[in-house]
Amino acid sequence: MSLRSAGGPATGDTAGRTVDQRQAPRKRKNFLGRQPLGLLFSAPYVIFVLAVLAYPLGYAVYISFHQFFFTAPGVQVDRPFVGLDNYISVLSDPEVQRSFANIGVFLIINVPLTVGLSLVLANALNRVTRLKTFFRVSYYVPYVTASVAVVGVWLFLFQQDGLVNSILGPLAPNPSWLTNSWLAMPTVALYVTWKQLGFFILLYLAALQNIPDELYESASVDGGNKWVQFWNITVPGVRSASVLVTLLATITGANLFTEPYLLTGGGGPDGASTSPVFLMYQKGILQGNPDVAAALGVVLVIGVLLIALIQKRLVGGKED
Amino acid sequence: MSIFNKTPLRNDDDARRPGAGAHEGATSEAPTPVAPASRKGSSVAKRKNLGVGSFVLLALGAFVFLFPFYYMFIGSLQTSPDTSVAGAFPSPANITGENYSNINNSIDLLKGLVNSGIFTGGVIFFTVVFGLLVGYALAQMQFRGKGVVFGMMLLVQMIPFQLLLIPLYVMIVRDYGLADTYLGMILPFAINSTAVFVFRQYFMQLPSTLFEAARIDGASELRILWQIAIPLVRPAIVTAILLTFIGPWNEFLWPFLVTKDQAIQPLAVSLANYISNIAATASNPFGAILAGACVLAAPAVALFIFFQRQFISTNIGSSVKG
Repeated sequence: MSLRSAGGPATGDTAGRTVDQRQAPRKRKNFLGRQPLGLLFSAPYVIFVLAVLAYPLGYAVYISFHQFFFTAPGVQVDRPFVGLDNYISVLSDPEVQRSFANIGVFLIINVPLTVGLSLVLANALNRVTRLKTFFRVSYYVPYVTASVAVVGVWLFLFQQDGLVNSILGPLAPNPSWLTNSWLAMPTVALYVTWKQLGFFILLYLAALQNIPDELYESASVDGGNKWVQFWNITVPGVRSASVLVTLLATITGANLFTEPYLLTGGGGPDGASTSPVFLMYQKGILQGNPDVAAALGVVLVIGVLLIALIQKRLVGGKED
Repeated sequence: MSIFNKTPLRNDDDARRPGAGAHEGATSEAPTPVAPASRKGSSVAKRKNLGVGSFVLLALGAFVFLFPFYYMFIGSLQTSPDTSVAGAFPSPANITGENYSNINNSIDLLKGLVNSGIFTGGVIFFTVVFGLLVGYALAQMQFRGKGVVFGMMLLVQMIPFQLLLIPLYVMIVRDYGLADTYLGMILPFAINSTAVFVFRQYFMQLPSTLFEAARIDGASELRILWQIAIPLVRPAIVTAILLTFIGPWNEFLWPFLVTKDQAIQPLAVSLANYISNIAATASNPFGAILAGACVLAAPAVALFIFFQRQFISTNIGSSVKG
């Protein structure tokens, strides 16, 4: 009965006030909606999201504020609240500071390169009629391939006496790309740009379909050359896609793990290519300090959110 | 705009402007007196003429994207690694299949592939079964809390995985004892929210009168979903499977944390362990690594070439644009 009384005002159904007791079942149905079975259909997904995504999200914050140990299943140990101690030890750790600086270098190279190249290539892809499928497929092949597999060939290409250096000859850097503390992070950034570009080209291709042909036609009638058209029609026309590409590229960069782990042999040389996620693995799982690692994760996510907000302002610009 | 790297754009456009610009004037005038209505014809003609610079650029890009894959395959067949420029071309004297058997002796390639397949297949199974249910409910059913479920689906896609890494490890490996199990690998990825979104978008495009008519005829919701809705959104299922496939097949970090037992490791993990631990002791480490890389890359590349039609911009665009 309480269900019914709650249902009346909530559904806002004016007819509901005049009906009598016999229509109670129908009213109950209305309370849950016209197809209450939808709740059942959604249930597995909702349970999944709550159990595997939402709960751990809160748990991460909890861990970061406590002194936390790994224990065997079912063992109860005291995990005292330590306030901001984990955050202080994260922020004052020179290794962590280094990894954030590395990510900064990574993003400065990767994000503009990704946005620029994917827009130019998508724009070109949108123009050609011949071999279009071949080009499109060849661009997303790196994206759909496991990073572990392509890392193998990049190691081969960029090693000390690899193909890249033998083409460069005397211009080859010494020490080589991935073992050079100045070049390791830029090489990783270049690798990730190459790997992810195909996906961003697809995003831009979708956005380009929404720009009406008439705009280009009237621009060319007015004598605007292709350069003018690109900057005044294409770039503003795909602005919302640019915001998305910038955000996604930043998030991918902040998630960097496989590349420093395999390409530069664990963030080498001498920490020049460590990433925050790599340190989370090292500190949290290898060294058994999940509390510090969780705090590092929270700091990283807050950092990404701040960068994302700034980027949205910069790239989204006039739209808001 | 200041964050855009303008230089490469300008260079490339300057390079092809003179030729392309001259053509442009001619083509935009020519078709107009003939058929002003055929906008499509004129834009096709325009595109063809403008396409030369773009074509060269695209060809250059395609080389940069495909060469490493070609080189991966060549490298996997070399008896001894030849890193000179000539080594990029196959030479009959330096070809062997030995690398494949070498890596197969260190890590069981077939078992790795099967494990990757179970991991990926499990994720795809849960995504398709539960994703279709919730996608259909969100698109064609009216029920209380629908808005909450929809909002949840959008928000979830923004949760960064790095934040979940430690708590998920604590829960799945330590609390539930699911280390070295397929379930432990699958669980965090079980229902791909992007795929759910794709399903919802496709179901939304179907006319709701269709479903109302079926309901009036007394068909149950499950039957409507199975017999009417799903057959109409077959392309969505292929797109969702492709989108979902990329995640677990290529995922390294999570299965790497969860599995220590080689018998259950997906190929990406066992190959990574080979690269970082064992390769140094092999006689031709790069040959073996590249052979393993080819085996890991081949199924994904083949799948996406075969289904390339389903993996096009509009599908992906609709799934992320929101």
